[in-house]
Amino acid sequence: MPFIPHTEQDVREMLVTIGAPSIDALFDEIPASLRISGLDGIPEGLSEMEIGRLMGERARLDGRPLSFLGAGAYEHHIPSAVWTITTRGEFYSAYTPYQAEASQGTLQLIYEYQTMISSLTGMEVSNASLYDGGSAVAEAALMAVRAHRKSKSLRVLVPQTVNPNYRRVAISTAGNQGLRFETVAYRREDGCIDREALAAYAGEDIAALVIQQPNFFGQLEDVDALTDWAHEQGMLVIAVVNPTSLALLKPPGEWGKTGADICVGEGQPLGVPLSSGGPYFGFMTTRMEYVRSMPGRIVGRTVDLDGKQGYTLTLQAREQHIRRGKATSNICTNQGLLMTAATIYMTLIGPQGLSKVAAASMQRSDELVEALTQVKGVRAAFKGPRFHEAVLLLDRPASAVLRELEAQGILGGLDLSGDYPELGSALLVCATETKTAGDLARYAAALGAAVQKVRAA
Amino acid sequence: MNQILEKSIFEYSRAGRSAHAQQPPGADVASAAQKIPAALRRRTAPMLPEVSELDAVRHFTRLSQLNFSIDTNFYPLGSCTMKYNPKACNQYAMLPEFLARHPLAPDTQGQGFLSCMFELQEMLKEVTGMKAVSLNPMAGAHGEFAGVAMIRAYHRARGDLARNEIIVPEAAHGTNPATATMCGCIVKEIPVDAQGDVDLDALAKAVGPNTAGIMLTNPSTLGVFERKIEQVAKLVHGAGGLLYYDGANLNAILGKVRPGDMGFDVIHMNLHKTFSTPHGGGGPGAGAVGVSARLEPFLPVPIVGREGDHYRWLSEADRPQSIGRLSAFMGNAGVLLRAYIYMRMLGREGMSRVGEYATLNANYVMARLRQAGFDLAYPERRASHEFIVTMKRQAKELNVTAMDIAKRLLDYGFHAPTTYFPLLVPECLLIEPTETESRETLDGFVAAMASIMAEAQADASTLKTAPHTMPVRRLDDVRAAKQLDLTWKPVNSAA
Repeated sequence: MPFIPHTEQDVREMLVTIGAPSIDALFDEIPASLRISGLDGIPEGLSEMEIGRLMGERARLDGRPLSFLGAGAYEHHIPSAVWTITTRGEFYSAYTPYQAEASQGTLQLIYEYQTMISSLTGMEVSNASLYDGGSAVAEAALMAVRAHRKSKSLRVLVPQTVNPNYRRVAISTAGNQGLRFETVAYRREDGCIDREALAAYAGEDIAALVIQQPNFFGQLEDVDALTDWAHEQGMLVIAVVNPTSLALLKPPGEWGKTGADICVGEGQPLGVPLSSGGPYFGFMTTRMEYVRSMPGRIVGRTVDLDGKQGYTLTLQAREQHIRRGKATSNICTNQGLLMTAATIYMTLIGPQGLSKVAAASMQRSDELVEALTQVKGVRAAFKGPRFHEAVLLLDRPASAVLRELEAQGILGGLDLSGDYPELGSALLVCATETKTAGDLARYAAALGAAVQKVRAA
Repeated sequence: MNQILEKSIFEYSRAGRSAHAQQPPGADVASAAQKIPAALRRRTAPMLPEVSELDAVRHFTRLSQLNFSIDTNFYPLGSCTMKYNPKACNQYAMLPEFLARHPLAPDTQGQGFLSCMFELQEMLKEVTGMKAVSLNPMAGAHGEFAGVAMIRAYHRARGDLARNEIIVPEAAHGTNPATATMCGCIVKEIPVDAQGDVDLDALAKAVGPNTAGIMLTNPSTLGVFERKIEQVAKLVHGAGGLLYYDGANLNAILGKVRPGDMGFDVIHMNLHKTFSTPHGGGGPGAGAVGVSARLEPFLPVPIVGREGDHYRWLSEADRPQSIGRLSAFMGNAGVLLRAYIYMRMLGREGMSRVGEYATLNANYVMARLRQAGFDLAYPERRASHEFIVTMKRQAKELNVTAMDIAKRLLDYGFHAPTTYFPLLVPECLLIEPTETESRETLDGFVAAMASIMAEAQADASTLKTAPHTMPVRRLDDVRAAKQLDLTWKPVNSAA
């Protein structure tokens, strides 16, 4: 029996101990009318050899195209040691460290993670992770409303330059509690938040402004001015950042005169494989003054009975297993193992390495834009500084061009026509340190051919 | 167990040291920085460790060795289903093509992955008796959120706007009332009777025109099957409410009885419990949701659809009444692959055996602990896949608590059962052995419990001061919360 160790003799003797005639008799409290006789719709079981063959076939169907997709999930080199250690049974098959004495490994690792991610974002404290970047934005909005000392407003400004899926997740998650998310337009020349559109909200009672840096288009926002403006209006500032970029970009804790109030983001770039969208993890850091409003697990360092240093879950009075209906969030199990991978990644890559990953990604992305805009009918959508993504405008429908590229084994980027129809035919493209000069040249040549083919059709 | 604590990774750090092989060649940091306006540049490097690859590998390997885990210890943590996580599930979910697939890659570049997801949806429908499934929620509590949000959306779509009360039995997981609050609902708690079943009179009084629904775990968190489930369903449905099934304890009944047949309208499944995906030191989980036909339009997107031989994601455009998107992409895809592999390996017969042997193991340990002199919370009842021992008598007679037993068990090499949950049973230990444990392991656990009881009778201080063999002794939680120390700081730093 797969994964069940009992011999027939075990079963017989165990039933004698219980005083039951059969295993079936152990279910005699369930009304007979509800019992089922079997699961006919489930296929026969497979041996490990057979499932290995099946999964190999399925994986081959997915292929390994050359991808220039980003838009919130980024291809980076992952050191071999990251997942070798992360999948050790002692991390992989443990649970939430409720029994602190038997979980010091996980607890110390979370404490080290909190230190690294707080420093990277320039904030004072961190939790142990949230589900993903999108749900982290939703939790940050709920937290801002909760933590705001002067305003009871349920309004949160989410500019169009924030990842549209993050806005969708925020609405699905926080809309039920009455939060309202209002959009702010962007400037066509540089793809950044339109300050004039924002100014229309001056003097209004609003809980928070969300600022994504680099923004969804890859452009760099003027975060200092935006932060100071929001604070002057009495809004809290929620920063949404790419952790890789923070090796080179000013951390949210230093934005404007006093820094952002809550910082969140998608942790995937830190050693987590793309894997069709998950599991990833969301990170959240904040100022010490808001720590009691933060959702999720938090680890603190303390001492044991002998005065020896040790680690434990702390501030649990915020959480659902203590506060039930009055908790800061319903979050319980979330993305511990991914936070583990990220901690090992940040350790192996180090401060220098992360700067190099960020710099190489910027270089490759610049070279990509340079090469692609040589193609007739292709131009950059926005001026101004960028990180490692860019929007390209095509003079032919992006969807048709992407199909041609796909036939050449290339995923050419994200078609923005659904979320940003005003841009016309637009592609969001990304290149990171994993791309070679040969990869870029291959894309440029294929794009030239694809645009020509679509034009001819 | 290793008595020597591992120092902080930051104490290994030396300026200028690095794991050089991990850095991208040819990166020009200075010229990249020049392209960033001065005001937007980072001025001081983040405090990340500067260590060699070996330093990092040794440090994190040592940290791992300070943990209890399923792979190293019996882990009878009630309500968490800490069963063996087959290695094949991890290995085949981490094939390079699966890991490299971008979430926004077109469906045509993911037919292998999508076919697994479609079949997983179909299998989950079969084992739960529900009409449709969405794999999107990323944990149990996330699935609960989706479920209650669907209940709200259903009532709203019918113009039934007053229904904002969620009924929750007092034994429920804390996530149930917290979820109801997150969905903008009001929580009404109802009691259970002396036998652990829902108090039907209290339920009859609680339901009414404001009832949105009831959230139930069955078998309940008391470790017993809710025998009056059909009457509960009739009462709640009769009042116009819907039934939510918290799948935390689905392992107990897998292959024996299905939530859909019990009358539930919406359920979440903890794939990291019943379908053996790893707990990961606190996730990732996966909280797939299943619904009856009337709730299908409200399922969270994306969902995998099949058109002929082609699989594709269904989005908001296909499901305009959907409660929306709960993750930026497709939920915990890699976890879902692990659950798929597990279900395919078990197959039809293996799946039915899960509930049987989980129940056999729980009833066996319960019978043996009773023989050893422990008090059961519900001695007249069958155990489901878990059961409750109460230390109320020992607390009075011997001055030892459930926590003392739990801590002493660590010294015997067993992870502690869940303690002080559910809240309504005093001094309780919630014990869930799971089906993957052998009789010898269970006997070893019972022997440890009996030995601890003998210690308590001889000299309770052995228990009061336990654990004695762990890397640390009991920790000062009050100090942890009062003198917050949440990040490492250099010894010389002013902070």
